Amino acid sequence: MIAAHLPALQVVIPLIAAPLCAILRRGTAAWVIAVAANWLAFAVSIGLLFRVLDEGVISYAMGGWAPPIGIEYRVDLINVFVLLVVSGVGAAIIPFARKGTEARFDSTNQAWFYTMYLLALTGLLGVTITGDAFNIFVFLEISSLASYVMIAMGRDKRALTAAYQYLIMGTVGATFIVIGIGLLWAMTGTLNLYDLAQRIPDIENTRPVLAALAFLTVGISLKLALFPLHLWLPNAYAYAPAVTSAFLAGTATKVGIYLLLRFFFTVFGGGGFFLSTPLPEMFLVLSIVAIFAASTVALFQNNVKRMFAYSSVAQIGFITLGISYATETGLTAALVHLMNHAIMKAGIFMLLGCVIYRLASMRIDDMAGIGRKMPFTMAGIVILGLSLIGAPGTSGFISKFWLVLAAMENGQWWLVALIVIASLITMLYVGRLVEAAYFREPSEKAKNVREAPLAMLIPAYVLVAATIYLGLDTTWSAGLAQDAAASLLSAAY
Amino acid sequence: MMRDTIILRVVTKLLLPVILIFALYVQFHGDYGPGGGFQAGVAAAAAIILYGMVFGIPAAQHVISKSVVQIMIPLGVLIFAGTGVAGLLLGENYLNYSPFGSHSEAGQHLGILIVEAGVFITVASTMLAIFYGFGGLADEADAAAAEKSEESEE
Repeated sequence: MIAAHLPALQVVIPLIAAPLCAILRRGTAAWVIAVAANWLAFAVSIGLLFRVLDEGVISYAMGGWAPPIGIEYRVDLINVFVLLVVSGVGAAIIPFARKGTEARFDSTNQAWFYTMYLLALTGLLGVTITGDAFNIFVFLEISSLASYVMIAMGRDKRALTAAYQYLIMGTVGATFIVIGIGLLWAMTGTLNLYDLAQRIPDIENTRPVLAALAFLTVGISLKLALFPLHLWLPNAYAYAPAVTSAFLAGTATKVGIYLLLRFFFTVFGGGGFFLSTPLPEMFLVLSIVAIFAASTVALFQNNVKRMFAYSSVAQIGFITLGISYATETGLTAALVHLMNHAIMKAGIFMLLGCVIYRLASMRIDDMAGIGRKMPFTMAGIVILGLSLIGAPGTSGFISKFWLVLAAMENGQWWLVALIVIASLITMLYVGRLVEAAYFREPSEKAKNVREAPLAMLIPAYVLVAATIYLGLDTTWSAGLAQDAAASLLSAAY
Repeated sequence: MMRDTIILRVVTKLLLPVILIFALYVQFHGDYGPGGGFQAGVAAAAAIILYGMVFGIPAAQHVISKSVVQIMIPLGVLIFAGTGVAGLLLGENYLNYSPFGSHSEAGQHLGILIVEAGVFITVASTMLAIFYGFGGLADEADAAAAEKSEESEE
């Protein structure tokens, strides 16, 4: 009986847990609820994965109203892949959240923080699982509003302006998305994604449909921080609490990527239509600029969190680069990097959270000599940093491998060279941190720090282990992604 | 604060029951005609807000205190989501209210009533939370200004 209702439970579990946290208003109780809800959500997405592998696409009619009239939850391989990433990264982050929030907030505010976390999780899972275009917008707003609050709860006063900036940009993005959806509805008379996918191919060259595509592209690109629409991201990640940075870096932008794939390929009818628009060239150019501009800016950051925030913009460039090919290999590269980057960047921000917990500073000069004081934390950052660069044996290598393969398939050798050069720049900024942490005398602040508590290290090391595991065994990353990419290109839904 | 204006005080007292009854009318009329929990919640909150504006925020908080408001906000969401779960437990899809009644229409009707009650609670309390939030700021500013003028008089 439970198996039949898994699609609803995926969203309902965190949705019910959120108000429970708010009613209890005790930090510890709220944390227990949040951990339970997040782990259950992860279990549900694993259950969904096995159901999808078993029986193909799952359709769930909300309230018993049959689609396309009622809201449909539709789970296929692409959804379930992203659901796994979002709930899995969350499941690793939430046990870690305890120490940091306890040190910062009183009991009531801790409960509010977990409420917001669960609402953000609800929204992101909802966006991913729903088969209804307007439902996407509603869930996107739930997750965005909750993440604005989570960012504003940062220790630094600048977190407030960062959250406000994100609020303005995010609202503009959401408005664009809802205009796009409105235009599609006006042209087809349906909001159901499956129904849209059936009707759009006949009218896909009419002006309103192309305008809808443009609005959706810009709106979603704002949400996923594609260059040059990324300006909200560095400050938001840099000044938010570590839990927020880790969660948003691992999930929010990735759900944006999912939306892009869903609209470009499923709704607008497979790879053929995408290639007939100017979008591939646009995404190719913007991705390359994103990779190089953001990596270069990251080189010159003195705030380590900001450095890795810019690195996120660059890594998103790698993902959209894969999308721009619209080949099976390219989309596989995009999906694989979506999963791998979510895991490694969430891990990096968690370990940086350990550093802040002890050092109370993110300046690279204050982190001098920290490698000897916090050996496990820094070792974790080095491993994840190597993965970011793309060293063999880590998941980052697999991402780069697929990306290079996609470029070679298209005969674009110059792109292969660019990808390698970009990895070298990544090596430079990660190297800067490693140099400061291991080869310099401890700074005044670093002299008295100890290793971070195990309650923070263990969850972060789960992600470090996942990064290494996914570098050695790709059954669950590239294996799934390849099948998902094939169904995207053939617009099977 | 407009406590000293007798016309406002009397008119407000006359209006309050009308506003509240209208809110309830909109609430229970919602399943057959225009209206529903959202509009009713705003109307009901408007009554308390009007009361707070004329008689002062402490008076309004005497009626519905801040802590009650903070519990009402998540409670409404919980009622809505919980109604859906009740459908699940009775063997139907999430948010399917049919099994609540002896036949499907009666079940759907009851389900919508409960859901709308949840919406009412959350919307009304959220409006009040916003009002208390900003009103609290104004009170602080008033207190600070009063302190300042006292200092300058000294």
